[in-house]
Amino acid sequence: MKLLRLIPNNTNFDFLRIKIIAFLFSLIILSGTFISLIVNNLNYGIDFKGGILLELRSKKPNSPNINELREKISTLNAGEVSIQNFGKKTDFLVRIQKQEGDQKEQIAMIEKVKTLTDKDYTVRRSEFVGPVVGDELKTAGIYAVSLALLSIMIYIWFRFEWQFSIAAILALIHDVITTVGLFSILKLEFNLATIAAILTTAGYSINDTVVIFDRVRENLRRYKSKTHYFIYNKSINETLSRTVITSVTTLLALFIIFFFGGAVLSDFALAMIWGVIIGTFSSIFVAVSLLTYFNINKGEKVDDHTNIPEYEREN
Amino acid sequence: MKSLSKIRLILIIVSVIIGIVYAIPNFFNTSQQVQSFNFLPGKKINLGLDLQGGSYLLLKADMDVVFAEKLDSLLSDIRSSLRKSKIKYKKLSIQNDIISFQKRGESSNEKIRSIIFSLDKNLIVENKLDSFFIKFSEQNKENITKTTMAQAIEIVRRRIDETGTNEPSIQQQGADRIIVQLPGLDDPSRIKKLLGKTAKLTFQLAHPSIFPEDLDKDSKAPPGFIKLQEDKNPDRFYMINKRVMVSGEMLKDASPTFDRNNSPSVSFQLSPLGGKKFGRVTGKNIGRAFAIVLDGKVVSAPVIQTQIFSTGQITGAFSVQETNDLALVLRSGALPAPMVILEERSVGPGLGSDSISAGKIASIFGLIAVMVFMLITYGMFGVFANIALICNIIFIIALLSLIQATLTLPGIAGIVLTMGMAVDANVLIFERIKEEFNSGRNVLDAIEAGFQRAISTIIDANLTTLFAALALFSFGSGPIKGFSVTLMIGIATSMFTAIVITKYIVFLYSKKKNVNSVFLQD
Repeated sequence: MKLLRLIPNNTNFDFLRIKIIAFLFSLIILSGTFISLIVNNLNYGIDFKGGILLELRSKKPNSPNINELREKISTLNAGEVSIQNFGKKTDFLVRIQKQEGDQKEQIAMIEKVKTLTDKDYTVRRSEFVGPVVGDELKTAGIYAVSLALLSIMIYIWFRFEWQFSIAAILALIHDVITTVGLFSILKLEFNLATIAAILTTAGYSINDTVVIFDRVRENLRRYKSKTHYFIYNKSINETLSRTVITSVTTLLALFIIFFFGGAVLSDFALAMIWGVIIGTFSSIFVAVSLLTYFNINKGEKVDDHTNIPEYEREN
Repeated sequence: MKSLSKIRLILIIVSVIIGIVYAIPNFFNTSQQVQSFNFLPGKKINLGLDLQGGSYLLLKADMDVVFAEKLDSLLSDIRSSLRKSKIKYKKLSIQNDIISFQKRGESSNEKIRSIIFSLDKNLIVENKLDSFFIKFSEQNKENITKTTMAQAIEIVRRRIDETGTNEPSIQQQGADRIIVQLPGLDDPSRIKKLLGKTAKLTFQLAHPSIFPEDLDKDSKAPPGFIKLQEDKNPDRFYMINKRVMVSGEMLKDASPTFDRNNSPSVSFQLSPLGGKKFGRVTGKNIGRAFAIVLDGKVVSAPVIQTQIFSTGQITGAFSVQETNDLALVLRSGALPAPMVILEERSVGPGLGSDSISAGKIASIFGLIAVMVFMLITYGMFGVFANIALICNIIFIIALLSLIQATLTLPGIAGIVLTMGMAVDANVLIFERIKEEFNSGRNVLDAIEAGFQRAISTIIDANLTTLFAALALFSFGSGPIKGFSVTLMIGIATSMFTAIVITKYIVFLYSKKKNVNSVFLQD
């Protein structure tokens, strides 16, 4: 059987030659993110903003009418209301801003919408998040992302050299910021699941970076007489096949969640798909490229031949 | 080759069998089928509320109200202690959560302080010249919060149990919050209504000569009296004696019934002590209005016709549902603090089962896609990776069942994602073997070296991912926590399957077949 070969053996691409182009690309998406954050801000879901969310399904499968629903709900004078299709044609997501007054007003508003739509719609889901909880979740989210970054940085520092840890963490921050940017640019709802997606992306991306760094470390010891530039390029090339195959299997799983996992998960899957792609990019072009700016010590000036069989030795 | 030791094989077989045993109950739907697997130790994985449908409520006890009440009762304790010790004082009052008074006469400040500390040694007492200022310390507040929450959880549980909701879960969160989870209940409005009432019931006499007809919203209450609204009619007021004659704690039972005019009402029965008190009060005050006060509002104020002892009726403009609920909350006791709903999430059964089937489809398709890809990429070694992948999934399901974790929709996504990422360990190993082979080693050496070198990479890579998962876990709100748990379990099992199971199969295969050109060659 002829096996699929995504990456040929013994590739020898000069990845570092295009690092300036790659940095430029990163710069563009990073500034895109900041501009979008200023212009669009983030489309915070009720998890963070507080408010009311209802998922309704029309009982008339043939003629669901979003305008009719909109008109109906506008009679409640509930302030800022957004109604959109959700997954299926018959399903609608109704978001209502936090109501004036105390918690009782919020609960009362849910009841009002329910009684109003009772005849034509079934309520599939109803959520209410008070502003106190929203703020707490926001803090907890920031805290979780920072905690993850910090613990990863310390671990890499401990296992590698400090230069690796700085390069890895900058690559990670790059991934986190641009994933946030994706949500801002596409105006996707930023909610608890988004935080989960960001952290998983971070986990995936660091996994990728560590695999390459591991090889860099190994090659630094192995080829002491070669330049850093050569070693970094060689390490990327040697791990390239694994990088691509793992990305493909993970993306396969993610696309399947995106298409078959239902509307609730599709944004989550989208964030992860972006995360895997940008994470793979950043491992090579941000993390390793940054290493070139450090003069990492290779140890003594003799090639380390322990563990390398005779026939494989360089000089 | 020592990797092919018997012990290793036994370890693998035993762990896979245990995995299958614990995973199996999850593959059968109806309870009858599960019955026939009763001999198995495992249980099904708990489904989160987002999958099985149900309601999640986050409640907060309004402790400020409780502190104010406790401060009130501290005030009367101070008053009676001072009187008992014959200490003269003036201007005893509460302002901004601080009790203050001025002493009159010769009593020493030390003595007054010790009298106050004898009430509660944790109080904060300051005095300037003749003025004393008393407030609760953090310790006081903490103690009050603790006892209040213990009571509140008990009462919340009783009220929910009375509604016959299945397997509710009621837990304290943080200092003053309660999480209520109600599986299978997609419209929690009745529960919310029940928990929204503190249900503090008191019986108090009305003013003998000031009647509701004489009162409007601007009327002032004479000393010892308080003006209260009528429950059903906010424009009608009563002048009520502040003294509580009988209170809800003395209730033994309450049930919905109908009064003589056949309108819904609640009948109650008092404890022996309560009955005695009730008899004394009603006996002495025939002809006066006796107000039934619920949560600070007057339900009704019937005129006492005869002496009543242990049983009575609460009448008001009630509907049948209202009398049911009122009887229920009276039976279960008053909440020690008003409850505020901070967060509510309810998922209907339709969405839940849709999510389950979407999750199933995504899992199956995800599994097939990854397996096919591995097969066409690695051939025979792809088969090995796929065996490891299936073992991996069995282990994940088994572990989730074993620790009775809650599987949520993001959790299912976590499993599918793990499928994609789990093969990573195998890919790392295979690619490394290939490299070693291409650099001139023979097959067996290449395999040996490939595993050895890949393992440190696998551990580094997976540990760092684990940190992200741990951060996610600490962030921990319901569904997200579920996701992080599956992710962590997936990391652990995929390392085990790659390092142990794949390795064993690969060695076994290459030894038996005596392969000299690897799979991996073009």
